[in-house]
Amino acid sequence: MEKILEIKDLEVKFHTQSGTVHALRGVNFHLNKGETLALVGESGSGKSVTAQAIMKLLPTPPAEITKGQIILDGEDIVPKTEKQMEKIRGNVVSMIFQDPMTSLNPTMRVGRQIDELIMKNEKVSRQEAKRRAIELLDMVGIPNAASRYNQYPHQFSGGMRQRVMIAIAVAARPKLLIADEPTTALDVTIQAQILELMKRLKEKLETSIIFITHDLGVVANMADRVAVMYAGQIVEIGTSDEIFYDPRHPYTWGLLSSMPSLDANDGEELHAIPGSPPDLTKPPVGDAFARRSPYALQIDFEKEPPMFQVSETHFVKSWLLHPNAPKVEPPKIVQQRRRVLPGTFEHPVLVEGGL
Amino acid sequence: MAEKLVEVKHLKKYFNVGKPNMVKAIDDVSFYIYKGETLGLVGESGCGKSTTGRTIIRLYNATGGQVLYQGKDVHRIKSKKELKELNRKMQMIFQDPYASLNPRMKVVDIIAEGMDIHGLVKNKTERMEKVVELLETVGLNEEHANRYPHEFSGGQRQRIGIARALAVNPEFVIADEPISALDVSIQAQVVNLMKRLQKEKGLTYLFIAHDLSMVKYISDRIGVMYFGKLVELAPSDDLYKHPLHPYTKSLLSAIPLPDPDYERSRKRIPYDPSVHQYTDQDRPEMREVAPGHFVYCSEREFEQYKKEYENR
Amino acid sequence: MIKMTSSVGEKEKFVLVRQNLEEAEKIEKKSISFWGDAFYRFRQNKLAMFCVFLLLVLVAMAIFVPWFSKYDYDTNDLMNTNQPPSAKHWFGTDDLGRDVFVRTWVGARISLTIGVVAALIDLLIGVVWGGIAGYKGGRVDEVMMRIADILNGIPYLLVIILFMVVFGQELWTMILAMTVTGWINMARIVRGQVLQLKNQEFVLAARTLGASFSRILFKHVIPNAMGPILVTLTLTIPSAIFTEAFLSFLGLGLNPPLASWGTMANEGLPALEYYPWRLFFPATFICLTMFALNVIGDGLRDAIDPRLRK
Repeated sequence: MEKILEIKDLEVKFHTQSGTVHALRGVNFHLNKGETLALVGESGSGKSVTAQAIMKLLPTPPAEITKGQIILDGEDIVPKTEKQMEKIRGNVVSMIFQDPMTSLNPTMRVGRQIDELIMKNEKVSRQEAKRRAIELLDMVGIPNAASRYNQYPHQFSGGMRQRVMIAIAVAARPKLLIADEPTTALDVTIQAQILELMKRLKEKLETSIIFITHDLGVVANMADRVAVMYAGQIVEIGTSDEIFYDPRHPYTWGLLSSMPSLDANDGEELHAIPGSPPDLTKPPVGDAFARRSPYALQIDFEKEPPMFQVSETHFVKSWLLHPNAPKVEPPKIVQQRRRVLPGTFEHPVLVEGGL
Repeated sequence: MAEKLVEVKHLKKYFNVGKPNMVKAIDDVSFYIYKGETLGLVGESGCGKSTTGRTIIRLYNATGGQVLYQGKDVHRIKSKKELKELNRKMQMIFQDPYASLNPRMKVVDIIAEGMDIHGLVKNKTERMEKVVELLETVGLNEEHANRYPHEFSGGQRQRIGIARALAVNPEFVIADEPISALDVSIQAQVVNLMKRLQKEKGLTYLFIAHDLSMVKYISDRIGVMYFGKLVELAPSDDLYKHPLHPYTKSLLSAIPLPDPDYERSRKRIPYDPSVHQYTDQDRPEMREVAPGHFVYCSEREFEQYKKEYENR
Repeated sequence: MIKMTSSVGEKEKFVLVRQNLEEAEKIEKKSISFWGDAFYRFRQNKLAMFCVFLLLVLVAMAIFVPWFSKYDYDTNDLMNTNQPPSAKHWFGTDDLGRDVFVRTWVGARISLTIGVVAALIDLLIGVVWGGIAGYKGGRVDEVMMRIADILNGIPYLLVIILFMVVFGQELWTMILAMTVTGWINMARIVRGQVLQLKNQEFVLAARTLGASFSRILFKHVIPNAMGPILVTLTLTIPSAIFTEAFLSFLGLGLNPPLASWGTMANEGLPALEYYPWRLFFPATFICLTMFALNVIGDGLRDAIDPRLRK
């Protein structure tokens, strides 16, 4: 499988008044061509920082990529200059955000914003750009595209604005689309429409997608593979089936068991993860999640766990997979859904170095 | 028979009355809430659920209709004493943990404000004691009392908001999207806390939210709103297993669940209001299709739904 | 296939640890209030801190120099008129032989007093007016702000001049004259803040708790509007000082022998060609004070600027 993106040992630090925040502490993953990878995690996990790092949109200062590589379509973009990145953004990689109002220019007509992007990337006439823009607006499901081309962002509803933002993002047919919580602020029905649109576009334009969200339902709907992030690291990564039906990391268990299922019976209490994510100006020693986990081992407080491999596609960063570790049972909700997936190794395998 | 604590009768709240941009935020809504239960109110943006909560607690005046609390019309109370009593009995928890606490006040003062207003404590020591007790009830501790809101996480702030509401010993708490702004695992913390408090203190809740799975988990009965109208009201399980109103069906079919197999086979049903084809003769209103299960429909639709429910 | 390398830990380390998961709620960092944080940021601004120091020096001089000086501000010495700065008279003398140094610092007292008092009165009226208009909204707001608009339409200087002509050129008439329309700016700022704040959820929460109108206004709304209020205050003071100086400079301000920087500048202008120090010193101090207060005001605004501290 061809890889469109490879992240190796990525470390990002933020230099702030109250200290240096270790936002990303060694992130490793890859994205295959045509895949949708979901990046899941809560506030402070580093998922947005990862997205912005890939676009090289992190404000430097105060941010700094202190280590690692971001290999986008075969080239490492970490050493690239801003001017070089300008050619890459929009063309190779593009991004859509949670709040469309902050990425749409409120004083410019919507059609013109799309035109500008098309003309920046290709040598076409204004008429040709306009024709393509209207085509795009139509493709993203905006009714009366030709007349709405002349409207301003505030004349569109939330869901419509999101579609416009998607149109702009795919205008130059990027190979990789990063969606940072694009539906979090939307109603359920509108969210469903936008997700359906994204799937259609993915097929039509053959784009690969990184989808950032904290909503596990959306993940189950959209993702081929899922990466779970906590405190600036990826703690578990695998196919969608593996993450939902055979999760191995206590944090993933915590996430899955804190969501009520619609067919649950009364009396089953939700498992809440106690406490809050750690302060990354002083990253905890060892396993960052141990302090909130009922499955913590002594060694979790001393040494950072390595990656263990559970199948060709499934990796877990936890001491619980070490042969010396005791056997533990995940929460009931997780147990009920659990199944043995084909391709799972008999015993987890320790992984040296990256994936 | 359980006691009705809150009765909402033909409630109307219109904004910009008489002007071209008039909005019928609540358009003739009726329901009641039993003492000790949790009534969930769901719907999408603009449906009027938040406005309903705020009108019940008198943050807004009603344009028409009544809100009865223990039989008394809350919007027509004249005596200051009665009004104060009502303020004590009905409390609210807000959505935005970052905007619902006064950034310039210490936590102890935020929580004690209700007690100060209603004269519930005699001196400073008693005040602090009660505040610490409340902090511990919501899972925080004494050392948090002298800190400021910005030092806390979203989930912790929400719990401070709950402590504030509890400080006056209310009977009825309206939770207006209390968990929407929180991370998934924190939502569970807050919801578990609310459930526990309900048992311990015998509270009645109106739980307003748009996350249908959470609402179902915490509510005994659920009402679905659409553009200012209540379109379906039923016990939680019944609503999810046998939705009758086409909007409810559409809403439920749009929720993604954390289950890839389910997602692969889920088909969304879009809702088209014209499917009702109401004529001037039709008088759609809430009709009881099955015990406790009400649907907003015309006579014709009523017969349809009855049959549908019987054949479930 | 990845090979299993040598085992990592000692067997005893792989035991489950019993944790008191409530410890997880502790907050590590020290507690800082909003103002503590704002002052910390202000202290980082070196120019603003220097100006605070400068201002403190000016105030100290204004207080102590006239006490300890051997000259009075109105002591005439007709034998030593228009002397340039010397060891005896650090800032020289004026046309009546008066010591310019001591007169400068007496002038400082007058000018600073006018600036501060006028600004404080503006603050009082402005906060109450703007607070009520903003919070009540509707008709009350409309009426109150229309009144403010009408008053604002009258030229500021004209009002002051008329006031002083009618009531005399005294210190207090000048201060009052400045406040007749000076409060309008503060009222507008306060009203704007109140409009923003009154729909915030913490204000709604106070309402549901049963808080009275005055409690909400003074405990919830105004404290959160303090930032812009404070900044406006520090910028009103130099404006008042300048207005007084300007009027006195035109001869419409205070009467001699009362010395403010403005009257001194007025007296110094005709002598500019031969005795420049008589204009130079008061003018310099007017500029310095205004500069310092402006920098401090800007610094405060930057320090208080609400950042998304989530």
